[in-house]
Amino acid sequence: MSQKIITANNLGDGLVVFLDASGGWTTEIAESRIIGTGELDEALAYAKAQHDAQIVVEPYEIDVELHPDAGIPVPLRLRERIRAAKGPTVAYGEAELAERAALPTAASASR
Amino acid sequence: MYRYDEFDHDFVQARVAQFRDQVERRVGGELTEDQFKPLRLQNGVYLQLHAYMLRIAVPYGTLNGRQMRRLADIARRYDRGYGHFTTRQNLQFNWPKLSDIPDILSELAEVEMHAIQTSGNCIRNVTADHFAGAAADEVDDPRPYAEILRQWSSLHPEFLFLPRKFKVAVTGADRDRAAIQVHDIGLQLKRDAAGRIGFAVYVGGGQGRTPMVAKKIRDFLPEEDLLSYCEAILRVYNLSGRRDNKYKARIKILVHETGAEEITRQVEEEWERIKDGVLRLPAEEVERIRAYFALPADLAPRAADPSLAASRAADPDFDAFVARNTHPHRVPGHVSVTVSLKAIGGTPGDATADQMDAVAAIAERFGHDEIRVSHEQNLILPHVAETDLRAVYDGLVAAELATANAGFITDIIACPGLDYCALANARSIPVAQRISQRFGDIARQREIGDLKIKISGCINACGHHHVGHIGILGVEKKGEEFYQISLGGSGDENAAIGEIIGRGFSTEEIVDAVETLVDTYLAHRSRPEESFLDTYRRLGQAPFKEALYGAA
Ligand code: SF4
Repeated sequence: MSQKIITANNLGDGLVVFLDASGGWTTEIAESRIIGTGELDEALAYAKAQHDAQIVVEPYEIDVELHPDAGIPVPLRLRERIRAAKGPTVAYGEAELAERAALPTAASASR
Repeated sequence: MYRYDEFDHDFVQARVAQFRDQVERRVGGELTEDQFKPLRLQNGVYLQLHAYMLRIAVPYGTLNGRQMRRLADIARRYDRGYGHFTTRQNLQFNWPKLSDIPDILSELAEVEMHAIQTSGNCIRNVTADHFAGAAADEVDDPRPYAEILRQWSSLHPEFLFLPRKFKVAVTGADRDRAAIQVHDIGLQLKRDAAGRIGFAVYVGGGQGRTPMVAKKIRDFLPEEDLLSYCEAILRVYNLSGRRDNKYKARIKILVHETGAEEITRQVEEEWERIKDGVLRLPAEEVERIRAYFALPADLAPRAADPSLAASRAADPDFDAFVARNTHPHRVPGHVSVTVSLKAIGGTPGDATADQMDAVAAIAERFGHDEIRVSHEQNLILPHVAETDLRAVYDGLVAAELATANAGFITDIIACPGLDYCALANARSIPVAQRISQRFGDIARQREIGDLKIKISGCINACGHHHVGHIGILGVEKKGEEFYQISLGGSGDENAAIGEIIGRGFSTEEIVDAVETLVDTYLAHRSRPEESFLDTYRRLGQAPFKEALYGAA
């Protein structure tokens, strides 16, 4: 059965954050607060207040499943999995060049 | 290139100061997101999936080495060492901190760059042919007119709150490399029988949810009337364009619903009223702007380079590069070079800071300090002497920028998609990368010839999929990524919107589907010179459909 957590973007650096159990915001989805049954309205109201207090931007709830072994929440939607991964699903910048250089076929085809 | 005058400098600096204050008030808690959002958008700042994104205007795609170095420097110091060149000839940084953005903008202003009007419902960055001022087939350089339009449209008080965004493109040749027929206004420079300069005017083209090819509403508009006529178009649109529904607010819908004839009548009527007023362009002013775009003084005709043939014969990679990535120049002994940002398996349009520096250095040394950004997400060195080609090529190889694939199947346009974009339904970049790898072999690309694949991660069509010979649109179906294919689109002078071929394909299937289409083309083309697009236009969907889905 799916559970819910709350996410937003940080106001200052725009990074993806999740509401944690202490009422703060974390970039680690593993540290996010799993919203218990009947607690969603309260949690959203709190998050909205954090938006109004200019801490985060536009919080909303997402559906997650708890990873069977690690117990870490895994978002159901790909969009949220990509956000939780803190970056694109592809290598970028210098890392992309390095990754391509490591591919023997790509190196010879690159010209 | 155009240099800021005092007015431009003051204006951009004042804007940075204003935005700095707005950011401070936002971070300090005085402004809410609702209040701040329109302000940040007016300065090119978006909030994307992972972070803020800053979109910087590269007016009509023209840059010099100093500006490119500044972009590299900003990428290194404020971002993650790279940037993304877009289909609107802009550059996007994906990771700036909000509080750093005023500093970034102020550093950009020092090199005469800004992010104004790269977002919002205003007249956006004017785009132009990336070979402008260099192409052998050009009637005249479109950039002076793009610059005149930029000055007119910058903070034009009447047009800052249009029903929707508004995009203008200008081409200087019959061969349309600026996709003018899928813009709100498309201008094609031409000469009349008397040799006077003017424009064919197209209105109401666009992509997105409701793609439309523009209607030509005037065959020849004299140069001096450029601004008054555009103002008349904008007035008709501003007055009658729909504001009740965001999806029906672009001028293409107005033209479609009202009819091109009636729109033309309204535009001409308004124009009659204002054409002899303040907007009439004085010839001296056009000349003044034009002087900024004159060919570099030391760009003189040169004899053909006899060593080039030998050098090409000795090095097949260099030969492939010259054959594919150079374009005829109007001055003998020169070419325009395409610097491919489409390495096999790479992210289309991305360049690292080091690569930007490398291109700047090559441009300064061998390219008269000129660089262009193409709407196909490549960079261009517009003025390179044939005698310098080898050195330019070697420099590009060293920077991993010498992929010899301009216009080939691996020269794919892809929007950022679900890897970055908050509006996306599906990823674009990994699909582009996998197609690129599948067709990475250069001999195979050569066999296939000209083929434009364009990929968008949602119906907003930033990846121009509607005008791809093969267009790919990412959609979300039951939580999964799906890709819809359309065929036969084209953004050139014979513009056409691609037609959807059938049901979509899963992530696993999409690359095979593209390969099936390519194989079908190869099997059916009448001769090797018949391009994919021509073959499709001759045969229609049937053989492609059958190959993809089996006989009906
Ligand atoms: S086409 Fe859609 S997914 Fe791609 S960049 Fe534009 S808005 Fe984002």
